[in-house]
Amino acid sequence: MSQKLIELKGVSKSFDGEQVLNNIHLYIRDKEFITLLGPSGCGKTTTLRLIGGFETPDEGEIFFEGRPMTDLPPYKRPVNTVFQRYALFPHLNVFDNIAFALKLRHVPKEEIDEQVHEMLRLVSLRGFGDKNVATLSGGQQQRVAIARALINRPRVLLLDEPLGALDLKLRKDMQNELKNIQRQTGITFVYVTHDQEEALSMSDTIVVMEGGRIQQIGTPTDIYNEPENAFVADFIGESNIIDGVMKEDLKVNFDGRDFVCLDRGFGENEPVDVVIRPEDVDVVEPERGMLRGIATSVTFKGVHWEIIVDINNFKWMIQTTDYVSPGQEIGLYIEPDAIHIMKKSEFSGMFGDYSSFSDELDELSDPDTPQAEAESDDQT
Amino acid sequence: MTRPETVPAPRRKRRGVVQTIAAAPHALWCVLFILAPMAFVVYYAFTDADGAFTIYNINEVFSASYLRILERSILYALVATAICLVLAYPLAYAITKMKARHQPQIIMLLMLPMWINLLIRTYSLKILLETNGVINHALAWVHLGPVHFLNSNFAIILGMVYNYLPYMVLPIYSVLVKIDRRLIEAAQDLGCNSRQVLGRVTFPLSLSGVISGITMVFVPSISTFFISKSLSDGRVKLIGDVIETEISMHNVAAYNIGSALSFVLMVLILVSLFVTNKFGEKDGGVIV
Repeated sequence: MSQKLIELKGVSKSFDGEQVLNNIHLYIRDKEFITLLGPSGCGKTTTLRLIGGFETPDEGEIFFEGRPMTDLPPYKRPVNTVFQRYALFPHLNVFDNIAFALKLRHVPKEEIDEQVHEMLRLVSLRGFGDKNVATLSGGQQQRVAIARALINRPRVLLLDEPLGALDLKLRKDMQNELKNIQRQTGITFVYVTHDQEEALSMSDTIVVMEGGRIQQIGTPTDIYNEPENAFVADFIGESNIIDGVMKEDLKVNFDGRDFVCLDRGFGENEPVDVVIRPEDVDVVEPERGMLRGIATSVTFKGVHWEIIVDINNFKWMIQTTDYVSPGQEIGLYIEPDAIHIMKKSEFSGMFGDYSSFSDELDELSDPDTPQAEAESDDQT
Repeated sequence: MTRPETVPAPRRKRRGVVQTIAAAPHALWCVLFILAPMAFVVYYAFTDADGAFTIYNINEVFSASYLRILERSILYALVATAICLVLAYPLAYAITKMKARHQPQIIMLLMLPMWINLLIRTYSLKILLETNGVINHALAWVHLGPVHFLNSNFAIILGMVYNYLPYMVLPIYSVLVKIDRRLIEAAQDLGCNSRQVLGRVTFPLSLSGVISGITMVFVPSISTFFISKSLSDGRVKLIGDVIETEISMHNVAAYNIGSALSFVLMVLILVSLFVTNKFGEKDGGVIV
C-alpha cells in the first residue's frame, strides 16, 4: 500500500483561458481505492482524464512508477477507464465489447472465450454474452463497462462517475460490488464522484477538490472529523461553521462564551472557523444548555429529527432523536470532542449557516451528472 | 401534460380530420407524381402498341445489344461509386477533425456546385476537357499534350464522380460527426492506436452513412443519360441514353421498349438497394 504508483507533480490545465486545474500535487499508492471528490467543475474529471491520457497538462508532469508518462498516448498507458455513461460500442454485443482489448492483441480464441466468461462471472452477467448492449439496463451496461476495462488487467482502473446514472438502490449495490471487485483483483481504483456518501463508504483515500485545487487529502474519517477548511466541512456531511477566536490551546470562544476543545497549536486570539457536526450536539433543557435558542423548524428524517435552531441570528442544524416542537426554546450541550477548529480560509463565511437551508435547494445545487465539466472537456 | 381522459372525444376526432386535410396534398402528390408514373411504366412495359399484354418488350431488353449497354451502365456506375467512396470517406473524416466552427463552411463549399444545374456543370466540364480547352492549354505550357480527354471512359466516370461526389460526402460526414467522442476515447483507452480506432470503431459505426452514400451515388449514376451523352458526344450509350432515345422517338413500339428498359432498371436499383441494406444490417462486421 505504500508504493507510489502514479504521481502528479505541479499539474495545471486550462480550457479556453479558464483555469480548470491549478498546481495539483497528488500521488496514488498501489492497490488503494482513491476518490476524487468535489462539486461539478472542480477539476476532478479533468484530473482523471489527464491520468488516462485524454488530456495533456499545460504545466507539470505525471509519473507512473517514477517514469514520466505525460506524453504517452492513452493506448500505451497501463490504465483503463470506465467512462461516465459507459461508452459501450453499439456495434458489438456484450461478449465482443468485453473481448475488445484481447482481440486487439490477437489473443488466441480459446483464451479470449475463457477470460471473457471469467469477467462475465466477476460482474455477475453470466449468459449475457450474446446480448445487444442497447437492450441492457443501466446497471447491466455499467457492469459490461467494468468488465471491458478490467479484462486488460490494468494496474489502475479509472472510474468517472460510474454510478451517476443509476437509481439509489442499484447504486448502493454497485458500490459494494465495486469494492469487492477492487479487493478481489487488487487493482488500484481512481474513482471520481460528487457524491460524498459514496466517497466516504468506498474509499481508502479521499481527495477533496474545489476550484481546480486540492482542498484536502485524507482517509474518510480524517476528512469527516478533521476537515481542513469550511469548504471541506460543508461539502462532506452537514456542518455548523461558526466564527470563533482561539483564546489559548484547548480553549475557544464563540457565541460569547468560552468552550473547552481538543485543538491546540493556534496563535493566541487567532480568529478561527469552528465546526460542529449536527449529530454531535446534545439537546437539553434551556437552563442546562451552554447555548440556548429557538427551534425554528423541525423535520422528521426517519432515524432522527432535523432541527434548525436560531442562536444569535445564526441558524444551526441539529440532529437529535428527541422530539422538539417548533418555537420551543432549547439548550445545546457541546462536548469538547464535538468541537473542531479550522484555520480561516478563502471559504470562511461562505458555508455552515442554515438560514437559507431547504432540502430542495440542496438537491438543486447537487446535480446528478456534472455535464458542465464534461462539456468543457469536449471543446479541445 | 394533458391527461387522455381530459381530452373530449369529438375534439380528438376533429384533430384527426385536420391531420387528414393537412396530409392530403402530400398524398395527392405521391399518387400523381410517384405511384401513377410507376404504374404507367409497368403498364407500357407489359403491353404492345395495341395495349395487349405481352412480354415481348422485356425479352427485347435482354437481347444482346441492350444487355451489353446494361452491363456497361452497371460497370460505369460501380466504378464511379467506388471512386466517390474512396475520395469521400477521407474527405468527410478530415472535415470532422476540423474545428467545429469551420465545418459548416467547408460543407457549404462542398454544396455550392449543387446550386448550379447539372447540365451546366457537365457542359462546363466538357469545355474544360476539350482538346483546345483550358486544361490542354495549361498542359501545352509545360509542353505536354494535347490529351483527348473527351469520348473516353475517363471523361464519363469523371463526370459522374464530379457531379455526385457531394452525395457521398454528406451522408458519411453527417454520420461521422455524430459518433460519440467517448467511444473513440474508449477504443484508445482499450489499446487502439489511431489506425485501429478507425478500423474497429469509427468505420463500423459509420457504415450506415457509407451505405446511404453508395445508394445516393449509384442510383443517379446508373440512370444518367446526360453525362455520358455530353462527355462522349453521344458515342458512349448508357441505359439512360437508350431510354431517353426510345421514349422521345414518338413511336408507340419504341415507347414500350423504353418503358420495359425503365422497368428493368427500376428492378435493378431496387435489388441493389436491398443488397446494400442487407449488408448494412449485418452488425459487428469488423473491418481492419
